[in-house]
Amino acid sequence: MADDLKIPLLEELEKGPWPSFVSDIKSVADKSEMARDLLRQLEKSYEDKRGYWKHGGLVGVLGYGGGVIGRYSALPEEFPGVSHFHTMRVNQPSGWVYTSKALNEIMDLWDEHGSGLTNMHGSTGDLVLLGTRTEELEPMFQALTQKGWDLGGSGSDMRTPSCCIGPARCEWACYDTLDLCYNLTQEYQDELHRPMFNYKFKFKLAGCPNDCVASQARSDMAIVGVWKDEIQIDKDAYAEYIKDGFNVKEYVVDMCPTGCITADENDIEIDDSNCVKCMHCIARMPKALAPGKERGAALCLGAKAPIVEGALIAQVIVPFMKLEPPYEELHDLIERIWEFWDEHGKARERIGEFIERVSLATFLEGIGLEPLPQMVKQPRDNPYVFYEEYYAEEDEGEDA
Amino acid sequence: MYEIVAESAGKKKLKAGDLTRAMTAKYGDSVSRKDCKAAIKQLIDSGRCVYGYYGGSSIELPRTEGAANE
Repeated sequence: MADDLKIPLLEELEKGPWPSFVSDIKSVADKSEMARDLLRQLEKSYEDKRGYWKHGGLVGVLGYGGGVIGRYSALPEEFPGVSHFHTMRVNQPSGWVYTSKALNEIMDLWDEHGSGLTNMHGSTGDLVLLGTRTEELEPMFQALTQKGWDLGGSGSDMRTPSCCIGPARCEWACYDTLDLCYNLTQEYQDELHRPMFNYKFKFKLAGCPNDCVASQARSDMAIVGVWKDEIQIDKDAYAEYIKDGFNVKEYVVDMCPTGCITADENDIEIDDSNCVKCMHCIARMPKALAPGKERGAALCLGAKAPIVEGALIAQVIVPFMKLEPPYEELHDLIERIWEFWDEHGKARERIGEFIERVSLATFLEGIGLEPLPQMVKQPRDNPYVFYEEYYAEEDEGEDA
Repeated sequence: MYEIVAESAGKKKLKAGDLTRAMTAKYGDSVSRKDCKAAIKQLIDSGRCVYGYYGGSSIELPRTEGAANE
């Protein structure tokens, strides 16, 4: 460790049983001036109880409006190593599947052109390369693209789509999340790299309602795998669970949110018409139960974190869509949504906030979808709803 | 589009949508959203304009920003 590195406040964060980013950055402080000054500036922030970063809004690579987040030290003379400390977001492969060779190549490039520090991964999903100088952005970008990589999204654009590992490892996947993630990334290259929206737009793809990527809380459009027919039941495997003493009533039947399961020691039955596809029974008895065979996805819109306005959870906009290449039906819907939002949305207004402002009815009319019961987000909490038009028509009818 | 960006420099941050709406208002149906998208692409790729980000993304003239260090 560098001799002049005195960071007692930060070193408090190395205590305890958890991994520490301080230990990680210290481990490279001897060979990286950026890493060393990053710790020193942060220590000063802790001492003074204020941040010393300045936002850089114009740095980037030619032609792209996303993928680089500019950052400068407010104390460049005191901490020259972090005078420039820009972040580069690299578009991750679908499902975050890397080879060791690919990771080594990226890290060699980053040691050459940047701080050597990374964040695996950012909350949008990108591989985040932390800290480089303005003059290193283009050379790093060129080196990355020569190895087959590309930058991800940032700003008011389509953010890098991300997905669960899907059918690569999971038998519950109701569509090929990896393929669709790649398809959206390629289909919408302009939207990814050239900010053209009112604000950011995120896709997250989950292969089943377990939603391992938390798409329904974290993305503007969550594409969640579901099935349309009956849950598959393997009666022999069910018998094995009973034989092994598994308490089906306590762990499955009583936990079903709609009470649509009946079971005893000999048999299990599911009223699929009342199943809300919560996945609980399947997750508790994976050898006996499985998603149905008619598989596709539900499309949900509008989730976001609490930036600008409050957090929102997604709501169903299409209860079931078959998702197979070339995904034309999905592309068509996405483009109608973007066009209507672009035309009528306000600056920095996410799609969920937009729907709340203009109303779901107006939004559906604007994008050409028929209203469906599955779109109801929550029970109505105001009982005083007057159907004036309905009464007027009825009165007219009576008069006639 | 370039003129609009130049006139707004230092006064208002323009988004891609603002430029598209301005072109539609000026040229009506003879210009499509696709045309505007292509024009913006050309402005950026030529280096005459750049993307900026201050809370939301905008299209601006190239300049050295105030926050930049030597």
